[in-house]
Amino acid sequence: MSILIKRDVPRREILRGMLGGAAVSMALPYLEIFLNESGTALASGAPMPLRFGTWFWSMGHTPNQAIGADPKELTFLEECKSLNPYKKWINYFGQFNSPLDGRPNHVHQTGWIVIRTGTAPVKSSDIPAPTLDVLVADQIGKGSRFRSLEMSCTGKAQDTFSARSTHARNASEVSPVALYARVFGPEFADPNKAEFKPDPDLMLQKSVLSAVEDQRKRFASKLGAADKARFDEYATSIRELEQQLALQSQKPAPADACRVPTAPPDGPLGLELPVAQANHAAMTKILTMALACNQTRVFNMAFNDALSFLRRPGTANTHHTLTHEEPIDDSVGYQREAFWFNCRVQEQLASFIDAFEKVREGDRSLLDNTLIFAHAETSFAKIHQVDNIPIMTIGTAGGRLKTGKHIVGNGDPVSRVGLTAMQAMGLPLAKWGTGSLETGKTVTDVLV
Amino acid sequence: MKLRGLILGLCAALTLAGCEREPATTGGPAVIRRLTEAQYRTAIADIFGSQIVVASHFDPILRTDGLLAVGAGRTAITGSGFERYHALARSIATQVVAPENREVLLECAPANAATADDACAKTILKRVGRLLYRRPLSSEEIDGSAAIARDATATRGDFHAGLAYALQSMMESPDFLFIVENPEGDTLDAFSRATRLSFLLWNATPDDVLLTAAEKGDLDQKSGLTKQVDRMIASPRFKDGVRAFFSDMLSLDDVANMQKDTVLYPAFTLVAATDSREQVLRTLTDLLVTKNGDYREIFTTRSTFISTALGLVYRLPVTNPGGWSKIDFAADDPRAGIQTQLSFAGLHSHPGKSSPTLRGKAIRELLMCQKVPDPPGTVSFDQFNDPNSPNRTARQRLAAHATDSACAGCHKLTDPIGLAMETFDGAGQLRETENGERIDTTGELNGKPYANAADLGRLLHDDPAATSCVVNRAYSYAVGRTIVSGEKALIDALEKAFAADKYRFPALIRRIALSDAFLRVSAAPPTTPGREAKL
Repeated sequence: MSILIKRDVPRREILRGMLGGAAVSMALPYLEIFLNESGTALASGAPMPLRFGTWFWSMGHTPNQAIGADPKELTFLEECKSLNPYKKWINYFGQFNSPLDGRPNHVHQTGWIVIRTGTAPVKSSDIPAPTLDVLVADQIGKGSRFRSLEMSCTGKAQDTFSARSTHARNASEVSPVALYARVFGPEFADPNKAEFKPDPDLMLQKSVLSAVEDQRKRFASKLGAADKARFDEYATSIRELEQQLALQSQKPAPADACRVPTAPPDGPLGLELPVAQANHAAMTKILTMALACNQTRVFNMAFNDALSFLRRPGTANTHHTLTHEEPIDDSVGYQREAFWFNCRVQEQLASFIDAFEKVREGDRSLLDNTLIFAHAETSFAKIHQVDNIPIMTIGTAGGRLKTGKHIVGNGDPVSRVGLTAMQAMGLPLAKWGTGSLETGKTVTDVLV
Repeated sequence: MKLRGLILGLCAALTLAGCEREPATTGGPAVIRRLTEAQYRTAIADIFGSQIVVASHFDPILRTDGLLAVGAGRTAITGSGFERYHALARSIATQVVAPENREVLLECAPANAATADDACAKTILKRVGRLLYRRPLSSEEIDGSAAIARDATATRGDFHAGLAYALQSMMESPDFLFIVENPEGDTLDAFSRATRLSFLLWNATPDDVLLTAAEKGDLDQKSGLTKQVDRMIASPRFKDGVRAFFSDMLSLDDVANMQKDTVLYPAFTLVAATDSREQVLRTLTDLLVTKNGDYREIFTTRSTFISTALGLVYRLPVTNPGGWSKIDFAADDPRAGIQTQLSFAGLHSHPGKSSPTLRGKAIRELLMCQKVPDPPGTVSFDQFNDPNSPNRTARQRLAAHATDSACAGCHKLTDPIGLAMETFDGAGQLRETENGERIDTTGELNGKPYANAADLGRLLHDDPAATSCVVNRAYSYAVGRTIVSGEKALIDALEKAFAADKYRFPALIRRIALSDAFLRVSAAPPTTPGREAKL
């Protein structure tokens, strides 16, 4: 359940489009001449565009190999050592629990669904509430060409962790070539080009959508209440596309950091580790420029699937089967092969952070204007543990988050972290989650 | 002989088994289903021709109660999904009016290609719209579409360019993207009947003949309905309908995502994966439609077809390089039944090894409609903790796993079945040993022993759960929803009738299509999920 905070909304927030899209924010310029001295806002006082995204990985961490035990200090151990150079951008949340209120632990599903919806699913296929990225996109995603971009490095469009409901899942782009064509294809208008000539076709496309909307209204008038709700999504989709066309018919605001990337080469798809790594790198490059060029403000990247079919070429076992079937090596106290995969996964997260850090907006990094919500679906995969699932926030969310902290939850519901992230993104939520996962408590240690 | 056939036909039209009356049913809710990818592609090919390229992927549909056909009745269109429909509709419309296609696809040309021609535009839009929407368009709808064409023609100075926008808007309309069922009392109206029939029998949008029958009221009469059902079952397109049903029932959409380690299985290619789907569908349509064979033989048949790519995987010679070769395995060959083909044995395996558990689960769930419980969250894998384990085969490893009481219950359901298929490796290739140890494929199903996969196929052939399953799935697929309690007696009757028909699949589909229950709808409003929460 989501409960709105009843409070006066500052004018500044209205400018950001804080009222459920009542005010639509537009692509904002941030060439240095438009920025204030510190580069935190435009000279006009309007804030820098804020972005939100998720980064999903599965199979959690190897116990005692990922994060230092001392809560006073954020220390990444061997499995996560690739993250150490980026500690200043990261908050690590550990020891938060997933109380299921008697609902089953659907292995490799329940964990991520709880983290993203604040609700334990009854069935493994249930998405009992909108995932938090969808709620954030409802808030900040409407003023850009794409409401959100979903990507998966698994080769399967079905591998998505973003959904409005069980039957409204946002399918992932799995091919860098297709992602590039969608974002930087012929319909892309370079914001930094001096000349802008609106395509006359845009007006005609608007009339097409207007006709479709009329048909939808006629169609909806015959529906029962339940189906009407289902077709809300259709109406929203038409409106969003109309907004896209409206944006495309105006000269885009200049974007200092925007550099149109080169088109990626066509390559294989799938979960052989080198293939997934290559596709992750290629899609990350496209994504960072999609953000820098104001094409979207919300994204979801899945490095592997919930069951992690990642594998090394020429080997019979997948990452997943290793977590269960590989014996623990007593000399080190963990499963060596599964640990090896976990290390490679964290390297990918590090490379993702690095790509964001390198994009400069004014004198700041893209990470200054972004909140990346990274998490797994289990803590210790060998036993399908859903308590203490690792979560990280990366980036300062426009200065709204303190970073570099190791937060220990002491068994509090994991929904506290999701609520904190959404509040940091400006959602006026007082409470979030259901049952024992319902919470009104944010993690104040990280909120500015 | 002719008289007997007529009596049987009448009997079938009125009853389900023998000449007993069809059990009373409550019907279920009318359903609004999103077109599946296959249905969308077929509709475009049927209406505009197979030369039109449909270059897009579609939002996946969540398989619900075993079928995508049921999930389609609950699926919404997401923002990114609509964006793709928009781009696709634009692309298709542009192709339709392209100079190389317009003469064939459009029945009239404007007097002046640079200006609007309402009469010609309306003629085209009326015909195309009727096929796209699966019903005649109202005059208001035709006028609205013609107005889009007229305005766009004025802007673009080109009649065909203007027409494209009108066609595009039709292909983005919910009337095209969703299969709408309109109740009339406790039954469906004529166009909804035509649509249900057409998607069941051909997996296609209704053709002109069927729509004309609906317009004339023929589908409101049993005789008219029977005539159309028999026409459609006699058509070569009935195979398309059978293929679509089994693609859904066997989860063959997952074949597109089948991955194998090409170091361990160098013969496996993406072409082989694609061909494996075609192999099982050819096997099924040959047995069930061409030969009108016994459904139960899908578990035992030794006749199949292989392509060159599959020949490499199966290590078999092909007689028709570049095409499909018919092949009949010897009576002692373990390759018998669709469950030993790559699309099953390979699909329900890991990328680098076989999986008796996944295979057993798939047989239980897909072919016998038995739900295998999800694995418990508290499962222990301690038995895998011995680095010097002597367990060399899957049977030995799973026996160790089954010592855990939390695991044993489900593994008893799945593993014995899957272990019978262990002589097929992760890519469905025959083998006799695993890690140097001879594979033991013996076991028992429901107390009956088997020696190998072919033997297991014989047990599945005789298992009533298998025939009951296909009846349940076929009916659920036909009505596009989960079977309701008020239809239980009907399902029992259909199962008896299936046996009486000697398990002929076309006869089963005909009985369903001609049953009153197939067209009956309940008064209860459809229950479809929407947005569960809003800010």
